[in-house]
Amino acid sequence: MNRAPALSTSMVAALLAVLGGVLVPHLAHLPLWVTAGVVAAGLLRWRIARKGSGLPPRWLLAGLTLGVTAGIWAAFGTLADLSAGVALLAAMGGLKLLELRRRRDALVLIYLGFFLVGAQFLFSQAPWTGAYLLGAVWALTALLVAAGRDAEEESPWAHAGLAGRLVAQAVPVAAVLFLFFPRLDGPLLGLPEEGSAVTGLDDRLAPGAVSRLSRSDAVAFRATFADAPPPPGQRYWRGPVLAAYDGREWRPAEAAEEPPELGGEEGAELDYRILLEPHSRRWLFALDLPVRDGGDARRDGDAVLRTEDPVREVIRYRMRSRLHAGLGEELEGAVRDRHLRLPEEAHPRARELAKEWEAEAADAEEVLQRALGYLRRQDFAYTLKPPDYGENWVDRFLFEERSGFCGHYAGALAFLMRAAGVPARVVTGYLGGEPNPAGDYLIVRQSDAHAWTEVWLPEEGWVRVDPTGAVAPDRAEEGLGESVPEEDPVPSMARSEGSWLRDVRFRIDALETAWNRWVLGYDAQVQRDVLGSVGLGDWPRMVAGLAAGLALAGGLVAGLVLWRGRTRRDPAVAAFARLERKLARAGVRRGRAEGPAAFGERAAAALPDQAEAVRRAVSAYIRLRYTPEGPEGGLRELRRRVAEVRGPWKRQAAGRDTSGP
Amino acid sequence: MRMPRLLRGLVDRLVDRRMGLQGASVRLTYRRIFILPTRAGMGFAALLGAVWLAGVNYGNSMAYLLAFLLAGTAHAALLHTFRNLLGLRVLGAEAEPVFAGGVARFRVQLQDPDGRRRPGLFLLRESREGRAVDVPASGTGGLVLEVPAPARGYLPVGRFVVGTRFPTRLFQAWSWVRPDWGCVVYPRPEEGAVPEPAGGSAATGEAEEGATGDGDEDFRGLRRYQAGDPTRHVAWRLVARGQDPHTKVFAGAAASPVWLDWAALPGLDAEARLARLTRWVLDAERQGRPYGLRLPGEEIPPGRGPDHRHRCLTALAYHPA
Repeated sequence: MNRAPALSTSMVAALLAVLGGVLVPHLAHLPLWVTAGVVAAGLLRWRIARKGSGLPPRWLLAGLTLGVTAGIWAAFGTLADLSAGVALLAAMGGLKLLELRRRRDALVLIYLGFFLVGAQFLFSQAPWTGAYLLGAVWALTALLVAAGRDAEEESPWAHAGLAGRLVAQAVPVAAVLFLFFPRLDGPLLGLPEEGSAVTGLDDRLAPGAVSRLSRSDAVAFRATFADAPPPPGQRYWRGPVLAAYDGREWRPAEAAEEPPELGGEEGAELDYRILLEPHSRRWLFALDLPVRDGGDARRDGDAVLRTEDPVREVIRYRMRSRLHAGLGEELEGAVRDRHLRLPEEAHPRARELAKEWEAEAADAEEVLQRALGYLRRQDFAYTLKPPDYGENWVDRFLFEERSGFCGHYAGALAFLMRAAGVPARVVTGYLGGEPNPAGDYLIVRQSDAHAWTEVWLPEEGWVRVDPTGAVAPDRAEEGLGESVPEEDPVPSMARSEGSWLRDVRFRIDALETAWNRWVLGYDAQVQRDVLGSVGLGDWPRMVAGLAAGLALAGGLVAGLVLWRGRTRRDPAVAAFARLERKLARAGVRRGRAEGPAAFGERAAAALPDQAEAVRRAVSAYIRLRYTPEGPEGGLRELRRRVAEVRGPWKRQAAGRDTSGP
Repeated sequence: MRMPRLLRGLVDRLVDRRMGLQGASVRLTYRRIFILPTRAGMGFAALLGAVWLAGVNYGNSMAYLLAFLLAGTAHAALLHTFRNLLGLRVLGAEAEPVFAGGVARFRVQLQDPDGRRRPGLFLLRESREGRAVDVPASGTGGLVLEVPAPARGYLPVGRFVVGTRFPTRLFQAWSWVRPDWGCVVYPRPEEGAVPEPAGGSAATGEAEEGATGDGDEDFRGLRRYQAGDPTRHVAWRLVARGQDPHTKVFAGAAASPVWLDWAALPGLDAEARLARLTRWVLDAERQGRPYGLRLPGEEIPPGRGPDHRHRCLTALAYHPA
C-alpha cells in the first residue's frame, strides 16, 4: 500500500466538528478540566491545520498522556469506573488530535467516536438518544468515507449523501438483528454494586428522605392494566419493607425466603404490566399485594419482589395483585419479637404516651385508633418542607413541631405501635398514578413516593395503615399537589391544573413509553416472550428465525444496491431500441456495425410506405444523441416519432425478408 | 494482500485455472469479483464486538442497537464496494516496446458501462498498488500498469488485480484479470564503448560519420517526404503553406548503408551478439545512417526511421537463441 497523503485542512475540520458533536452529551459527566483540555486540543489542532505548522513533539504527547491518566485517576479514584473510563477515552481522543497526521490517525479517531457514542448509552437511553445514535453513526460514516479518499480537493461533506444511504440501508439488517439476535442474560463481567445518582426510593427511611424525592418529576414506572385500573385511593405500590429501627432510621430486616400465604378473595385480582425505569436497586414494585412472581423477581416473606441483580435498565414485567388481601396471619416467636424491637433510650415522651394507650385500651385495634386519633386531633401539618429534625426526632415531631411529610408520619406511627406492644413496620413505595390521556397507562412519578405503616392485628394479620390519610385525607385520592400547601415546591406535573404544556408533556410521555416498551424494554425475557408467541420460542428456532430474517433483509438491501447498479439505459437509446424492434418485426434488422443513419436509410428503402416516419424518427434520434446540447424536448419528439412508425406494413411485412448484413 | 509463499503459489495456480486467459477487454462479472475485509474492516469488526459486549454486559438496548446498526452499515458497505467493481470494463492494448531490464507501461482503461460513477479504483500487481483513479459515470479512467520486462521477447501483461475499497475502506473487492495484451521487449543494448560495425563502412567511417552527423548544413535540395525521414529534416515551412510535405536532403544523408551482421561477431555468445547488434541499431539510427540487419535465416534490407528500427529490434527480440 502506498503512503496515504497527509490529511487536508477540511478533513481535519470535519473530524473536529463531528467528534465535538459526539462528545456534547458526555459533557454532563466529564470533569471540567478534561472538557477544557479537549476543547483546547481541538482549537490548537485547528490552528495547526490552518497555518500548516508542525504538531507537538512526541515526547510532549507521551508526557501529557501520563499526566492526564494520573489526573483522571486522582479525580475518580479509579480508572475502571464507567465515568472514569469515558473521561479517559475523551482525554485520549483530545491527545490523539495532536498527532493527527494521516489516514490511520483519522481512522483511530473515528473508531473512538463510535466508542463514545456507545458509552453515552450507558448514561442515558432516553428517546433523544435514538436520534443521537442515527445522527452520530451517519456523521462518523461520512467521515469514514472521506478518510478513505485520496482525492484531496474533495470536501469531506461530499460524502454525506452516500453515508446517509449506507446508514439507511443498514436499518433493515439492524432491525432483524435487534429482534432476533439472541439476547444473553445478565452481566458477563462484574458491575459496580449500586449505581450512583439514580433517583429512586431508597431502602432506608430517615425522616425527610421521601420529601427530597418528591421534588422530582421523573417517572418511576408506568403501569398498563388489562382492565380498569384500581381507584386512586387504592394505588399503593409496594416497595421495600422496613422492619428495623435504630432510633433515627428505619431499615430492612431479614425477611423469610418463602412467599407468604395471602388471604382475601381470589377473584378480585388485577392483571397489569409494569415498565420500570432503572433504579439500581434489587427490588420491583407491585400493587399492594402481589400474588405472583414477575420478571426475574421472586417474592420474599414480606411480599416484596426481590431481584438477583440491580435493575440497571428499563425492564418490563407482568404482575397480578389482590387489593384486599390478608398477609401473614401467623406472627410468633422471633419474628414477632423482631417487629416489636426498639432501641432502649429512644424517644422517651412518645414511648410514655404509647404505654398510656396500651394500659387504657382493650386491644391492639383500639391502640391503633387512639394513635390515629391523636394525629387527627392535634394540629398536625402535612408539608413538603418539614423542619430539620435532629436527634430525638419522633418526640420533637409529635409534641413540638407537628409538621412533617409521609415518612415522618409512617415512622412515628410504627414507633408508637411498637412501643405500645403492637407489631408494626414501615413500608415504602409509591402512592398514586396518573392516567396518561395520550395512552392507556398510569404514570407513577418519583413525586408519588410514599411511606406508610403496616400494623399486625390478631385475626387480621398485617394491615396497611396510612397515617398520612389521617392528616391529609386528599393525599391518597387527589395526589400530592392537592394535599400540601400552595407554596410548597411541588413539581409541575404533580399539580393538576390543566394547561397545554401539561398536554404536550403527556404526549411526550406516551412517546417515551412506547420507546421504553419496544426498544429499551426488549430484553432477554421479553424477546423470549415475543418470539415464543410466534412459535420461535426455543434456541434452534430462534437461530433459524434470525437466519431467515437476515437472508430476507440482507437480500432486500443487496437487491436494492445491486439492482440500482444495473445498466440504466439512456432513454434515447431505449426509444431507438424500440424502433429497432419494430423494424426487426418487419424484417429489417440493424447490422452489428451499422450506424443509425445508414440503418434508417436502408429501412426507409425497404419499407417505402413508412419511409418518411422512419426517417423522421432516425433524424430525431441523431439530433438528440449527436448534437452537443440536444434539442429542447428532443426526447419527447423522438418518442413520438418512434410511436408514429407503424401501419399497414405490419401485416404485409411477413413476406419480405430484407435482413441486415 | 500478503500471504505465505506456499499459499500464494497455490492461489496463483487456482486462480489461473479458474480465470484463464481473457480477451482484449474484460468485463467484471459477479463470479469474477472477490471481496474480503481489510485491516480497517477487522478493526471495525472488533469495535462492533466490543459495543455488543457492552450491550450484553449492561443489558443495554441502545448499545445493542448501535452494534447492530454498525453491522448493517458494514453489510451495506460490502455491497457498495462490490458494486463499485461490478460490470466494470477493463480495456487496454499492447504497450510500447521496451528494452530488457526496463519497465513496460500498459495503459489500462477502466470503463463504466452502467452510468454510475466508480471512485477509487486501483490496479495491483505482485502486491504493488498503484495510484487510484475515479471513473466518471459512463466514462473512462486511465491507469498505468507497470510490468518489469526482465528478458527480451514477448512480454504478456500477465495477471493483475483491479480492486477498490470505496466507499468505506472496510472491504477490498478485487478481480483477477489476465487480458491477452503484451509488448515486445527488445534486447538490452550493450553498454560502454563498442567496436564499429564491420559491414564495409569502416574505411569511410570517420568522414562519413562527420558528414552525416553534422551534414545538416550542406543543403542539396528537396524531395517528397517518405515515411521514415527524420522529422527535423521535414520542410515545415512548405507544410505550413499547405503544400505536400517535403524533406530537405543534405550531403551526408546519402551515405552508403551499413550492414549489421550476426555472422560478423564470432566469439560472442548469442545474447552478447544480440546486445551488440541492438546497440549498433541504436547508434546507426541516431547517426541517421541507413542500416541493414543480417541474422541467421533473416535479412532486413537497409533502411532508416522508427519503423525500420522497430522492425530490426523486433527481429532481435524474437531471435531464437
